[in-house]
Amino acid sequence: MAGRVTTVVIGAGHAGLAASHFLSERSIDHVVLERGDVANSWRHERWDSLRLLTPNWQSRLPGLPYDGPDPDGYLSMGEVVGLLDRFASMSRAPVQAGTTVTSVRRSGDGYRVVTNQGSLDARTVVVASGACNLPAVPAFAAAVPKEIEQLTPFDYRDPSTLADGGVLVVGASATGVQLAAEIRRSGRPVTLSVGEHVRLPRTYRGRDVLWWMDASGVWDQRHDEIDDLSRARRLPSPQLVGTPERVTLDLNALSAMGVELVGRWAAVRDGRALFSGGLRNVFALADLKMDRLLATFDQWAGTGTEAGPSERFEPTRVPSSPRLQLDLRGGEIRTVLWATGYRPDYSWLDVPVVDEKGRLRHAGGVVGSPGLYALGLPVLRRRRSTFIHGIEDDAREVIAHLAHHLATSP
Amino acid sequence: MTIDNGVNVQALLDARDVLKGAPEAAQFTWRAQSTWSNGVHSQTRIQNFFGLGAEQTHKSEAVFDADHPEVFAAQDNGITPIEYLLVGLAGCLTAGVASVAQNRGIQLRSVEATVEGNHDIRGILGADSDVRNGFNDVRVTFTIDADASKEEIEALVAQSQKRSAVFDALTNPTDVSVTVA
Ligand SMILES: Cc1cc2nc3c(=O)[nH]c(=O)nc-3n(C[C@H](O)[C@H](O)[C@H](O)COP(=O)(O)OP(=O)(O)OC[C@H]3O[C@@H](n4cnc5c(N)ncnc54)[C@H](O)[C@@H]3O)c2cc1C
Repeated sequence: MAGRVTTVVIGAGHAGLAASHFLSERSIDHVVLERGDVANSWRHERWDSLRLLTPNWQSRLPGLPYDGPDPDGYLSMGEVVGLLDRFASMSRAPVQAGTTVTSVRRSGDGYRVVTNQGSLDARTVVVASGACNLPAVPAFAAAVPKEIEQLTPFDYRDPSTLADGGVLVVGASATGVQLAAEIRRSGRPVTLSVGEHVRLPRTYRGRDVLWWMDASGVWDQRHDEIDDLSRARRLPSPQLVGTPERVTLDLNALSAMGVELVGRWAAVRDGRALFSGGLRNVFALADLKMDRLLATFDQWAGTGTEAGPSERFEPTRVPSSPRLQLDLRGGEIRTVLWATGYRPDYSWLDVPVVDEKGRLRHAGGVVGSPGLYALGLPVLRRRRSTFIHGIEDDAREVIAHLAHHLATSP
Repeated sequence: MTIDNGVNVQALLDARDVLKGAPEAAQFTWRAQSTWSNGVHSQTRIQNFFGLGAEQTHKSEAVFDADHPEVFAAQDNGITPIEYLLVGLAGCLTAGVASVAQNRGIQLRSVEATVEGNHDIRGILGADSDVRNGFNDVRVTFTIDADASKEEIEALVAQSQKRSAVFDALTNPTDVSVTVA
């Protein structure tokens, strides 16, 4: 591989494929470089039982609305891979699989893109390499005693591969609550360490809560309308799971299953895990925030919306005396599963556009280096940006900016 | 109508913006200097601290007497050291409530807090090795009169805990080293 192309897209997840769709629509010649295959993250970085937490009718991509028989269901991983394969072939995306980008740097009026298959020069580059390339694990993981096995969601496939005995799941976002529930159902004792989290019911007034997010316009809120954008971008994923029964998987549901809740894991000292005593307040923050959101829905709905009556949910039950420490050497815990979030990997990006926290500096996907763009990051242009159904508007607008850049720079 | 809780929120927001790009200036060291008096009575003085890259001084020196009550067969020249933690927690959470209220445009009329720490003193006496030395739990009850709904007031109190230095210091472990000079 060598030569020139107008645009290089890095990554063939839904974001890179959507970029390709709009580039083709504008007849901008381009290539999509992908280290694995189309939908690589969904193929290799997810656990077996995972289903999307977004309902099927939201599994829509540019030119590809959901047309299956079950709009209110949730896609399995195999089905997500099928969807992206279909999207790639439908939009004839020029994907070059098995091509890992190892460096991007400024060169002339564009960029030099180096891969394990050779180099390319491009006037513009779209970074669609994903926001969740690596599990984020706190530094004190190094102090966890050696006899305990430590896993991240990237290592975990299903409960049968875990040692018998207790599991400490760390983090109560979507990943953490889903894995805690699945592992508890396998019969293992589960302790869940809970920091700040986003509580949501699966259904509200008879409809999927994500229908409300969508219909009421909350998800459409633009990046330049949000008060504290950097906070919005750090928001953990909501406590939701996609199941045929549309069950709510909040902390009350987990307590009822026998999952023990403890505070945020703060440190390891002398082989003991020390948890924050501030559990009540993270519950209060999440309950209050959920109630405010539901009130927004009610207000939006007024009397004109076809939906059931207003609902409020039981506050999160506080365990009578949550444990503040746990002896990691005592044998009670055999496995620690870090569901502490994910982070992007820009180790290959040799352009000074990454901040001290390892995040890309950009305004609505326009990176601070001419001709460099990003897609698929949290609240890139709207609250819905990282979700599958959030890509269409983002990609259209970012590619429009890119086209304008091509037309106006020499 | 402008609301005024007497907190200069703009200065705090400006400081946040400036310190985002200057982490060195954000490093503070708080200091206390204590002297044994007699028995379990000691006196602690506080005047200087370090911050914003320089030595700083309070307007005046503050002096705190710590002692034990008469039921502990002591002189009661001041509150017990563990009660100072309650002072710190109440002061910090109340300051937080006022600041968050100012930032959210909520006029406060009164803010009262009752702080209780439950303490099983068998721990410090060495009477039962299963009992810890410190508080078993701490309860804070706020009574707030303000131009706001119950939910808004609950949110003020929750946000104040979220941003509280003393709440964090009490609820999370801290590496403490004590040495002999
Ligand atoms: C556990 C989990 C559950 C999620 N559930 C949902 C959900 O229910 N609904 C929803 O809408 N969203 C969900 N998301 C969010 C989002 O849809 C996914 O993260 C999605 O994978 C993001 O798509 P993307 O195209 O931005 O990135 P990715 O799908 O990660 O695609 C990036 C691609 O870039 C490739 N790549 C990376 N680096 C390089 C390189 N240097 N060279 C070449 N190629 C490279 C990768 O191999 C990958 O194929 C979930 C995310 C996670 C982590």
